[in-house]
Amino acid sequence: MDEILAKKLRILADAAKYDASCSSSGAPKRAAGPDGLGSTTGAGICHAYTPDGRCISLLKILLTNYCLFDCAYCVNRRSSNVRRAKFTVEEVVTLTVEFYKRNYIEGLFLSSGIIKSPDHTMELLTRVAKALRRDHGFRGYIHLKSIPEASPWLIEEAGLYADRLSINLELPTEASLERLAPEKDGASIQGAMAQIGGRIAEAKAERRRFAPAGQSTQVIVGADATSDEALIRKSAHLYDSFGLKRVYYSAFSPIPDGSTILPLKSPPLQREHRLYQADWLLRYYAFTPDDVADATDDGMFALDVDPKLAWALKNRDRFPVDVNRADREMLLRVPGLGARAVDKIIKARRHTSLRLDDVARLTSGLKRARPFLIAADYRPAGLTDRLDLRARLAEPAEQLSLF
Amino acid sequence: MKARAPRQAPSPGPLRGRDLARTDAEDRPAPRAGAPLRTILLAPGADLAGFRAALRGLVAEGVPPERVAWSSGAAPELFGATEAPAAGAPVPLPRAVADLVPMVVPHRDPERYALLHALIWRILRGERQLLEVASDPLVHRLALMRKAIQRDLHKMHAFLRFRRVPENAGTERFVAWFEPEHHILEAAAPFFVERFRALRWTILTPEGSALWDGAALRFGPPGRREDVPPGDGFEAGWRDYYESTFNPARTNLRAMRAEMPKKYWHNMPETAAIPGLIRAAGARTAAMIEREPQMPTKRQPARAVAAMAEQDPTSLDELNAIIRRTEPLVPGATQAVLGEGPVGATVAFVGEQPGDQEDRQGRPFVGPAGQLLARAMAEAGLVRGEAYLTNAVKHFKFEERGKRRIHQKPTAGEVSHYRWWLDRELEFVAPKLVVALGATAVLALTGKAVPITRARGPFRFERFDNRFQGFITVHPSYLLRLPDEAKAEAYAQFVDDLRRVEALAQELAA
Repeated sequence: MDEILAKKLRILADAAKYDASCSSSGAPKRAAGPDGLGSTTGAGICHAYTPDGRCISLLKILLTNYCLFDCAYCVNRRSSNVRRAKFTVEEVVTLTVEFYKRNYIEGLFLSSGIIKSPDHTMELLTRVAKALRRDHGFRGYIHLKSIPEASPWLIEEAGLYADRLSINLELPTEASLERLAPEKDGASIQGAMAQIGGRIAEAKAERRRFAPAGQSTQVIVGADATSDEALIRKSAHLYDSFGLKRVYYSAFSPIPDGSTILPLKSPPLQREHRLYQADWLLRYYAFTPDDVADATDDGMFALDVDPKLAWALKNRDRFPVDVNRADREMLLRVPGLGARAVDKIIKARRHTSLRLDDVARLTSGLKRARPFLIAADYRPAGLTDRLDLRARLAEPAEQLSLF
Repeated sequence: MKARAPRQAPSPGPLRGRDLARTDAEDRPAPRAGAPLRTILLAPGADLAGFRAALRGLVAEGVPPERVAWSSGAAPELFGATEAPAAGAPVPLPRAVADLVPMVVPHRDPERYALLHALIWRILRGERQLLEVASDPLVHRLALMRKAIQRDLHKMHAFLRFRRVPENAGTERFVAWFEPEHHILEAAAPFFVERFRALRWTILTPEGSALWDGAALRFGPPGRREDVPPGDGFEAGWRDYYESTFNPARTNLRAMRAEMPKKYWHNMPETAAIPGLIRAAGARTAAMIEREPQMPTKRQPARAVAAMAEQDPTSLDELNAIIRRTEPLVPGATQAVLGEGPVGATVAFVGEQPGDQEDRQGRPFVGPAGQLLARAMAEAGLVRGEAYLTNAVKHFKFEERGKRRIHQKPTAGEVSHYRWWLDRELEFVAPKLVVALGATAVLALTGKAVPITRARGPFRFERFDNRFQGFITVHPSYLLRLPDEAKAEAYAQFVDDLRRVEALAQELAA
């Protein structure tokens, strides 16, 4: 690999790393054709982890970090003094294919600063995906960032080659967008999400290939004053209205050459973690947005207990729950019991009566679950209603970011 | 290669069985005092075939798990004379059990075969649904073993790194060295075949090797780390990427180590960067926070920012240029068929999609249906050259049958894809009346499926905010498909519709 390409790679990987999305999941299973390269397994693979604990699954780069937009939170905004570079379409294709052949990556996640015009930029992104699919028979994973300001037909063309499309909301409210991202417009972002959502649904019904891994988005946490509750309600809206696969939460972190209108302190990473847990409750635990709101204190999640535990502590009258009798929905509400543990409980109790030891084999969260459940040989007695229960179950204060 | 046949040694071996599960111990025959313990010797590693054969024999003979000592890995000679196992019939097992066995056999635990035998023993003695009882200690232990194998497979698929073998040009060859925790090479290899089918590659491990020559997968003797080339032209670039994608402000070593334990590091070139990244992270983060925001020195490109919005096509010609250079949504069409007729035409006709003739000539309504339309228009007093003619979908979609290309109706999703262009086109042409020919045109103009027979006649296309009036009639190709006896009447009705269109057009033009 020559030095110029390596230099561009360093700049354009650095510029892309603030996008939290790394997933290579959701694509239908595919295998390489006789002369082709690449497969997808469905679940996705993390090929390495960096010391920030994040996985490397895709080659996540920008086509260019030159940008005409001036979004305050973004390291690549036009008024930032970072070093700039631009890949050619062929360079991105080469990097993807050669990294892939060495089993470094699952595929490509390509985004870009806006150069010349949104249409011009969108066309370049699509050209990369097209070249990979056409010229290299590439069946690995491709995630393209869509540019909501681009013409609708260009956004849709991208879906023919990409597994996943995403448009980053970044800021959850219109007011914040206006203040921090003057060139962006909330209506056009949501319009493009609706458009992509519609095409994905139609293609699925007609068994055509169009972004089969769905669309996702990212919101920045802590760059404005939006509460956790508001963020979760926004996500619930995005899941319901546009059929989004994932909402990523990215705790705002200091960037080189930061803008003066950003807050000086970044939010604790634990806040981001709690948002993901709450998001999971929406998608896999049948919690409504109101339930999730109920788990907050004045709209914010506690940092020392997870949202499900927080909800249970506030709704103790609904516990303890009998693991040998309760329905699935109520078992899912028990802190410390994951969806998989619940399914195992439901299967196993058809054949046997579960004791506490049995439950211990099905979950690693028994400590949190104990005060909230009944087993064949166990009752929590007064534990459920103890005043100091929260203190007993809280996680020790720990700053995740220290090393 | 591996010795596959399991062997039995007559001499009693060490007792391997433990209390494998809390279970109906009373159902089991008590070990007869002095009864010889059966020792079954399997090939080293994951000897699935050997285990299966031995199990059949044991089940046929009714030998309980506590009477069997399983052994694998030692050279058969150590056991002296061996006799072939009694051949048994295949053992009927629930699907879930059959799926579990190959996921446990590769495990390094020497008790793996005994545990599986114990499980199958209980299943055959009345506990058919045993695997559903995930809380049972034996089931739980086997589930953990399966999980360990899945994780080991996953990590091998993730962390193995190929290096290119410097060779003559032509086919590329890659080699990797990997040390799995369990005996998973054979289970892991198909993944690499599916992924790197067009390449030639070898995977070396301390227990064996896998070789793909582009056509067949073979397993061979163990390899050595030294058999892999010392470097690769893209490794430095990969390390650059690894370093650049790390965010020092979020350092979280515990999370990294949980997913990428240190034991894998020495085979992953990028991990050499980790100590340096960790050392510098604190200072880098502090520098970012402490650094005063800088005034932007350059790049306030006011003109470029203003110009960026000027991307929309500003004329029908510009739009047509975009349509022309865009590939068909469904591959096959020769070319895009654009609308035809004067900008500012009073009436615009919207059809479905180009047919075979239209696709060849690159003009709308020139095939049989188009000719019929022209005839009907003439009879109704409409001049074809004064009207604007276009289609909802711009590319021909067909199925090949012999030499014929049979038209295929566009799906609703395809119509949606093309709708953006139709909308812009009608904006540029700005007709006073738009005539939808058939259901696809109506779908494109309304966004919903509307039954033609009921909606036939004047119609409001609400999506367009009254920019033009609307009219719905059948598509001329519908007339061509009718049986002869119905044709004349339907045609007359079609001409009738066009007369109403003509009258409306007169009114609107005035």
